[in-house]
Amino acid sequence: MIPLPPLAPPGVLVEEALACDAAFFPTREHYADLAAALRADGFEMCVDVCGVDYLEHADRYVPEGITPTRFEVVANFLSLSRRLRVRVRVQAGNDAPRVDSLFHVYPGTEAPERETFDMFGILFDGHPDLTRILMPEEWEGHPLRKDYGVGHVPIQFKEAPGPR
Amino acid sequence: MSDDIRVANRPERLTVETSEGAQELIRRVDTGTDQLGREVGAVLRLDGVSLDPRQVDYERRDDETMIINMGPAHPSTHGVLRLMLELDGEFVLRTKVVIGYLHTGMEKTGENLSYVQGATNVTRMDYLSPVINELSYSLTVEKLLGVEVPARATWIRMMMSELNRVSSHLVWMATNGMDLGSTSMMIYGLRERELILAFFEKTAGLRLNLNYVRPGGVAADLPDGWEDDVEVICNTIEERSYEYDQLLTGQPIFRNRLVGVGAITAEEALALSLTGPLLRSTGVAWDLRRSMPYLAYDQVDFDVIVGTYGDNFDRYALRLNEIRESIRIIRQCVQKMPAGDYRSQDPKVTPPPRARIGESMEALIHHFKLFTEGFHVPAGEVYSAVESPRGEIGCYLVADGGPRPYRIHVRAPSFTNLQAMPLLMRGASVSDAITMISTVDPVLGEVDR
Repeated sequence: MIPLPPLAPPGVLVEEALACDAAFFPTREHYADLAAALRADGFEMCVDVCGVDYLEHADRYVPEGITPTRFEVVANFLSLSRRLRVRVRVQAGNDAPRVDSLFHVYPGTEAPERETFDMFGILFDGHPDLTRILMPEEWEGHPLRKDYGVGHVPIQFKEAPGPR
Repeated sequence: MSDDIRVANRPERLTVETSEGAQELIRRVDTGTDQLGREVGAVLRLDGVSLDPRQVDYERRDDETMIINMGPAHPSTHGVLRLMLELDGEFVLRTKVVIGYLHTGMEKTGENLSYVQGATNVTRMDYLSPVINELSYSLTVEKLLGVEVPARATWIRMMMSELNRVSSHLVWMATNGMDLGSTSMMIYGLRERELILAFFEKTAGLRLNLNYVRPGGVAADLPDGWEDDVEVICNTIEERSYEYDQLLTGQPIFRNRLVGVGAITAEEALALSLTGPLLRSTGVAWDLRRSMPYLAYDQVDFDVIVGTYGDNFDRYALRLNEIRESIRIIRQCVQKMPAGDYRSQDPKVTPPPRARIGESMEALIHHFKLFTEGFHVPAGEVYSAVESPRGEIGCYLVADGGPRPYRIHVRAPSFTNLQAMPLLMRGASVSDAITMISTVDPVLGEVDR
């Protein structure tokens, strides 16, 4: 169990989540504050930011007091000095998911947040340049959402019928 | 009739089709402050440091500078990386990295493949270090499954991933030599890499996308006489690494292109989430093999190579020495390789041997279940990371209890390391830009996934 950082904002839960290291479940308002507290507490690096769409897995485990929403943003922090990892899972909302950007605390989150926006349509408030990064600019939809269909090419087992 | 007009005759349509719109570099006056800060490389927002990017070359006007594209088809961009550079004469003022040309939706594909098939998917992301990709995926799945991997499998994995690290660094030496005009280095690097690829082919049956490390162990035991093969590889590459030293390290042209160019500090590297050689070149001794040991890296003896100045030359010297350290590890693996199973004997994860299927009903059922449905992984979410030649490669997996991952996300080191480009490029000349791309060592398959 990783102790709460001394500057942690109120309303943040710590959980020894399933099969993982410690995970913090802040509320959306406290997400950026928690990141700043972690930064001050010696977590020098935000390794990764990614999103998850829990549309088809709504009954997942979340601690008491946290309302699960469809979209979740997961950020992984690393402390090089203490050799610790910490994961922060914030519920981003159902229909119009948005969370605060960590760009001003950890500038290295710029590209991962853009990718999360591109793939899930989760908005990051305060991000300097929230544009698509992997998909073309005029692309419609956000491909990693669960209600976004998977394209496929039908497998042809027999010779194709001729033109006549 | 209007539809029949060829696209080339309608330039406005052509620009739309080739443009990435808002992802591109735009005029300075239209750029927001934070965004401009990124593009001029003023990324550092540590306590007490604040920089208003509008104060950086505020006297420049858009009509004095030139915006050019480098890539995505430029041969020195290592694939399909596209850099938009704002130039003043020959010097770079702003940089923007435009990626996505190789995006094939591998994370989405991974959600529709079973856990057994997943390894074939992740191995294609970073095509220069496939074993390490599979390793990060397999360790993550095993962490959720709670499967115990036999000692021999662990040591085989370690040896194969070190061989893979050597081959990846050799490709880097080769392409870096190529970018700087040393075509002999390119031929030497690829020649030595071929030794390792031949060994991979002998072991796993494939040269590049091995699918060798799988959840529960590895796909096949090492072939007969593998000790001799590995010994030959180690001796040859170690000896030749000193030849590369002679060829390149003291070479005045090579040194002039690298020494003091593209220096970054440790604070900047940490702020930008850089890992791997880029971070170690600044003097931070952070190597996951040492700092957070996985497999059996705590039982082998090796040094973590660090640089001092964080410049291109440090990154070159660091990779050259990492080849030697990896060879040290491989030699210890050969010595200490334990006997035993090369994969877990848990029938829920590992398919039964072919001969058992004819004799045992249970083996037949397990075989059938594994290859039709795949094994089920208990619900949960887990992140685990290993050290790839390019930095920390992490795999974040969400399982819902079914036979396929609910969400699989790969934290690709090249993707994050590319964020250093604006910082490295600022003030450098266009010819140095090629060196920067090379020493950051992005693999575009992994960047775009």
